[in-house]
Amino acid sequence: MSFTRGFRRRDRGPRDARLPPGQYDVGSDWPVLTAEPTPRLATDTWTFTVEGLVEQHKTWTWDEMHALPPSTFQGDIHCVTTWSKLGVSFGGVSVDTLLALARPLPSATHVLAVGHTGYTTNLPLADVTDGKAWVVWSYDGRPLPVEHGGPARLLVPHLYFWKSAKWVAGLQLLDHDEPGFWEQNGYHDRGDPWLEQRYQGD
Amino acid sequence: MTEAPPAVPPPRPGRWQTATLVEVRPETATAKTFRLALPEPSPHLAGQHYVVRLTAPDGYTASRSYSVASPPDGSAEIELTVERLPDGEVSSFLHDVAAPGDSLEIRGPIGGWFVWRGDTPALLIGGGSGVVPLMAMLRLARGMGRPDLVRLIVSARSQAELYYAGELPGPETAIVYTRRPPPGWTRPPGRLNRADLAGSMEKDSVAYVCGSAGFADSATDLLIDAGFPTPDIRVERFGPT
Repeated sequence: MSFTRGFRRRDRGPRDARLPPGQYDVGSDWPVLTAEPTPRLATDTWTFTVEGLVEQHKTWTWDEMHALPPSTFQGDIHCVTTWSKLGVSFGGVSVDTLLALARPLPSATHVLAVGHTGYTTNLPLADVTDGKAWVVWSYDGRPLPVEHGGPARLLVPHLYFWKSAKWVAGLQLLDHDEPGFWEQNGYHDRGDPWLEQRYQGD
Repeated sequence: MTEAPPAVPPPRPGRWQTATLVEVRPETATAKTFRLALPEPSPHLAGQHYVVRLTAPDGYTASRSYSVASPPDGSAEIELTVERLPDGEVSSFLHDVAAPGDSLEIRGPIGGWFVWRGDTPALLIGGGSGVVPLMAMLRLARGMGRPDLVRLIVSARSQAELYYAGELPGPETAIVYTRRPPPGWTRPPGRLNRADLAGSMEKDSVAYVCGSAGFADSATDLLIDAGFPTPDIRVERFGPT
């Protein structure tokens, strides 16, 4: 291995086992890295839709969404730009709950998450089921700030955070993988931080 | 962004390669430009970035992304301008330790969204270090003999904190000083405002906004309030919160 002349790890303690390779702990910061203008979405007209290869197309209003069984996530999030934020908590509803009501067809293999801005990101269906994904509207017990995707964003914490679409508007169930916004622009189709799947070809 | 997938395959950044640092120049007290010679040069687009990876003797690595400031010009060298962040693990190493002749692992070019190919009018708005990718665009436009295609508005706290101060001035650029303008400067100090955009909203142009999250949000709000079409605004937010 070639190393960089004069570079040393500052913190000589053991590396936090929660950090995937190539990531650093951002501490209390929460960087904002968005490619579009921040939209102002009113919750009284907000909707979330599950459509495509499902038995029942479903659309929920803000109030209907909040009437579903609540679910929380506590853990870590990892951005492809190499920061990780450890020990965070989000509240919302499990994607499993939404899919149970829409009932995916057997042919569905992938989802395309779509934002109210037009942002898209693609995921294997298996990465948003079995307790791995949420639609969240609270962070640390407070409403999710708009710059972090409020009023509601997708949360898929086991993948790089661009998969957790801000300002999420819905999921389209597909029988194929369809590259989303960053994926069309060179980023990986799956984005597993533990495998450092940052860019296409990784 | 919701249109059909592109017919072309997604861009892939090149492999990791070991570049040679050939020159370091200060831009401001806290920003330096690093000129790198690439063994496997790959043409970049104005606005793209590279990842720099540092490796310690124990195998520990730290990587950060930095925008390319040099224009696409067929050269086998690129320039990255790096702001020294307080506690910045990679930026402080580059500023304090890296020297010409050193090897640096880099990967790129990366990014297919915040890029300007020189084929549309472009309104470029940068705050602080956010001017770096926009500088590649300005340099491209000037290099093509088409400075008329771009309008660059740069926000800086003071002249001492302005990047590329010697190269920026021109009929296609404007500088907004937020705190301490140089003597004789007619615009009163203050944040970017709607009047600063007057005359810059050319039809069919694409806006590229780059800076801190706060700067990017206020600049995009100004553009949207002034009637600039939201889908034509591309944003790159920089740095810690």
